[in-house]
Amino acid sequence: MRRLHALGRATALAVALAAATMAATMAAATSASTAVAYRTVEVGRFESVLPQGNVPTASAPVDVAPFALREAPVTVAEFAAFVAAHPEWRRDRVPVVFAERRRYLSDWRAPLVPDAPPHSPVVNVSWYAARAYCASEGARLPTWLEWEAAAAADETRRDARADPAWRARILAWYERPTPDPLPDVGGAPNAWGVRDLHGLVWEWVDDFNALFIAGDSRTQGDPDLLRFCGAGAINIVDRDSYAVLMRIALLSSLDAADGTPNLGFRCAKSL
Amino acid sequence: MKKILSRGVGAVVLALGVAAPLLAAAASKSTPAEPAALPVVHATLSSPPHVPPPTGRKQPAKVIVELEVVEKVMPISEGVSYTFWTFGGTVPGSFIRVRQGDTVEFHLKNHPRSKMPHNIDLHGVTGPGGGAASSFTAPGHESQFTFKALNEGIYVYHCATAPVGMHVANGMYGLILVEPPEGLPKVDHEYYVMQGDFYTTGKYREKGLQPFDMDKAIDERPTYVLFNGAEGALTGDKAMSAKVGETVRLYVGNGGPNLVSSFHVIGAIFDQVRFEGGTAVQKNVQTTLIPAGGAAIVTFTARVPGSYVLVDHSIFRAFNKGALAILKVDGQEDKRIYSGKELDAVYLGDRSQPNLESVSVATQAAAAGTLTVQDQVNAGKSLFAGTCSVCHQADGAGLPGVFPPLAKSDFLAADVARAMRAVLHGLNGKVTVNGHEYDSVMPPMTQLNDDEVANILTYVLNSWGNPGGRVASDDVKKQRAIAPAPAKPAH
Repeated sequence: MRRLHALGRATALAVALAAATMAATMAAATSASTAVAYRTVEVGRFESVLPQGNVPTASAPVDVAPFALREAPVTVAEFAAFVAAHPEWRRDRVPVVFAERRRYLSDWRAPLVPDAPPHSPVVNVSWYAARAYCASEGARLPTWLEWEAAAAADETRRDARADPAWRARILAWYERPTPDPLPDVGGAPNAWGVRDLHGLVWEWVDDFNALFIAGDSRTQGDPDLLRFCGAGAINIVDRDSYAVLMRIALLSSLDAADGTPNLGFRCAKSL
Repeated sequence: MKKILSRGVGAVVLALGVAAPLLAAAASKSTPAEPAALPVVHATLSSPPHVPPPTGRKQPAKVIVELEVVEKVMPISEGVSYTFWTFGGTVPGSFIRVRQGDTVEFHLKNHPRSKMPHNIDLHGVTGPGGGAASSFTAPGHESQFTFKALNEGIYVYHCATAPVGMHVANGMYGLILVEPPEGLPKVDHEYYVMQGDFYTTGKYREKGLQPFDMDKAIDERPTYVLFNGAEGALTGDKAMSAKVGETVRLYVGNGGPNLVSSFHVIGAIFDQVRFEGGTAVQKNVQTTLIPAGGAAIVTFTARVPGSYVLVDHSIFRAFNKGALAILKVDGQEDKRIYSGKELDAVYLGDRSQPNLESVSVATQAAAAGTLTVQDQVNAGKSLFAGTCSVCHQADGAGLPGVFPPLAKSDFLAADVARAMRAVLHGLNGKVTVNGHEYDSVMPPMTQLNDDEVANILTYVLNSWGNPGGRVASDDVKKQRAIAPAPAKPAH
C-alpha cells in the first residue's frame, strides 16, 4: 500500500517539479559511458526467493532475460566525478525530494570533496541519485530479479545457493558491524565475473519499491496485503532463503530519497 | 505508514514553495487528536539490571520515549563475543517505565551504522502489531508513533522485523512497566532481569566471535541460556545486592525466542508473584513459569545473608548453558531462621538406616515388661545391619585376616560379657578367633544405648550357628560401668 503511494509520488514529482533536472541528466548520459566494465549475465530460468507466480505463498521459476551487470559497485571517485559534471546532484543543490539533505553524501568533506577512500563504494546516496548516475553511464539500475540472479553465484557456480557455505558467507557479513572506512571494491569475481555482490554494501535496485515486506513481518498472509501487494508478499519457502530475505527487508524499509552509510549501488544494461 | 504519508505531504509542500501555514495545517491533520493539557515528560530509561525510579505521578502525562537500536559486538561469555542487536545498547534493552493512562510518544531510532532495518512490538500497546508496522525503521532513520497505555502490568517489547526469530535471538527484547495509577508498593530494591536463549555456530564457551546459527534456532537447541545477555552479567562484582530485612522486587522477563523459563531463586521463596505479569497475585511461590514473550513481577524479603542463585530450574540450562545470576544479601545472620551447618558426620547409606519399626516395637515391649527374645532378635537384626555389618558382614562371616567372624565364634561363645565390653568400649590389638589371629581396631560404639547393645548381641547369639541365649539391658549396664579393657586383652 505504502509503496503504491511512493511510486505515484515519484512519478508525479519527476514530471511536475524536476523535469529540467532530469532532462539535463539524461542529456549527459552518453558522454560519460566510457571504460566501465560490465559483465554479461545469462541466467535463464531462475527461482527467486520472492514468489513470482499467481500463488503468492509459493515460489515459481521465471525467465530472466540476459543483461549486463556492472562488475563492481560505483566508487566514491566515480561518483565524485559525476557530481562535478552534474552539479544539480551536489548535496547542497539536490532537491530534497530526491535526496534526504541530512543524509545524502553527508560523509563528504565538502559538496565536491569526498572523505572516504576513492575506490571504496559510494554510500549515502538516494535511489534517485543512483538512477541518475546510471543514466549518465548509459545504463540503468538492475531489477531485484537481475540482482538476485547474479548474486546467486559463487566463484565457480552460477547458482550456489544450495550450499550452506554460500549462505554462511552472506550471513557472516551481516554479523560484522560496518567498518569505517569501507574497504575498496574489487573482491573476488563470481562465476559471472561480477564482484562484491555480497560482503561489501547493500545495493539499490530499480524496483525496490515493489519489494514488499511488511513493517511487521508477521502479517505475511494478511488477505489485505495479498490483494494490494500480491507481487511482493513474502513467504520463506526455503528455510535457507532468509539470508537473501534480509536484504529485501533492508530495501523495503527505505524510501527513494533515503540513504544509509552501508547502501551503495551498481548499474545494469539490457542486452 | 503514517510517517511516510506525512513525509510525502511535507515534501510536496516544500517543493512547491508554499507558505508555512499550509504546511502546519497539513501536518496537524495527520497528527492524532490528543488532550492538550497533558504535561510532557521525557521518560528516564535504564540499563539492566537497573530499573528507573517510580513515575511518582498522580496524573497521566504525555511521555516521550526515545529508544535507539544499535548493532554491536559484545561478550557473551569469557573470551566469546557475539554480534548483538540491541534496544539501547544492552541486552535486554532499556527498561521503560510509564503510568497507566499515559499517552506515550515513541521514537525509535536506528543507528546509521546498523546493517538492518528494525521495528518494535510492545506488548503493552493496544493496536495491530503492537507498534511494529508503524515503527519499521531503516538504518539512520527514526520512526514515531503514539499509543495510550490502557492496561497496567509488566510487558515484553521486541523487534518484529523479518526474520523475527533472528532479531529476537540476537537480543532485541526488553521490558516496559505500566504502573497502576496508584503506583506499586514501595520496596527497597528493584532489579531488571531477562532471560534469553542464544544460538551460536560454535559450542558452549567456544572462543572467538561466534556467528548466529539459524539451524540450531529452528531446532530450538540453544548454545546459551542467559540472564541479561551474557554469562557473568549478574555474578561476581556484577551481582545484585540487598541487605537483610530489605524487600526486593524483580521484574523478570523472558525474551525467548524459544524457551520458557522455570524461574527460581535458590534458597528464597517468593512472597508474591504477579505471574504472567498480570494483576493476580500468587503467594509463597517456589518456581514461577515465565513464557517466551512474557514477564512476571516477584517480590520477597531478604532474611538470611548469603548468595542467592537465580536459575532457570530446567537445570541443565543453569549449569551447562549459563542461566545463572546472583543476588548477594549482606547483614546479620538469624540462626532462628537458618542455622548454618550444625553437623558434619559420616553417612553410610542404607546400612545406617535401621528398620526403626522393629526397634521401636522392642522399646515399647521393654517398657511394658513383655519383651521376648524374638523382639530382641528382630530389633537387633535391624541395628546390626546399620552398624555392625559394615565390618563383620551381614552374614557374620567377617573378612578373613581383617575383621573377625561373629558366626560360630568361639571367642563370642567363651565370654559374652567380654563381647559386651568390646561393643561398649572397643577392642584394640591381637585376638584369636576360630584359630585365626586378628590384629585391628574396633572403635567403641558409644552411640548405642544399653537396650540396643543388648538387642544386637541377642541377635548375634541366636544367629549363624552361635549357641543362643539372651543379653538383658541390665547386663549391658553393668558392663558399661566397668572400666575399658586393657589394650591387649588376655586370651
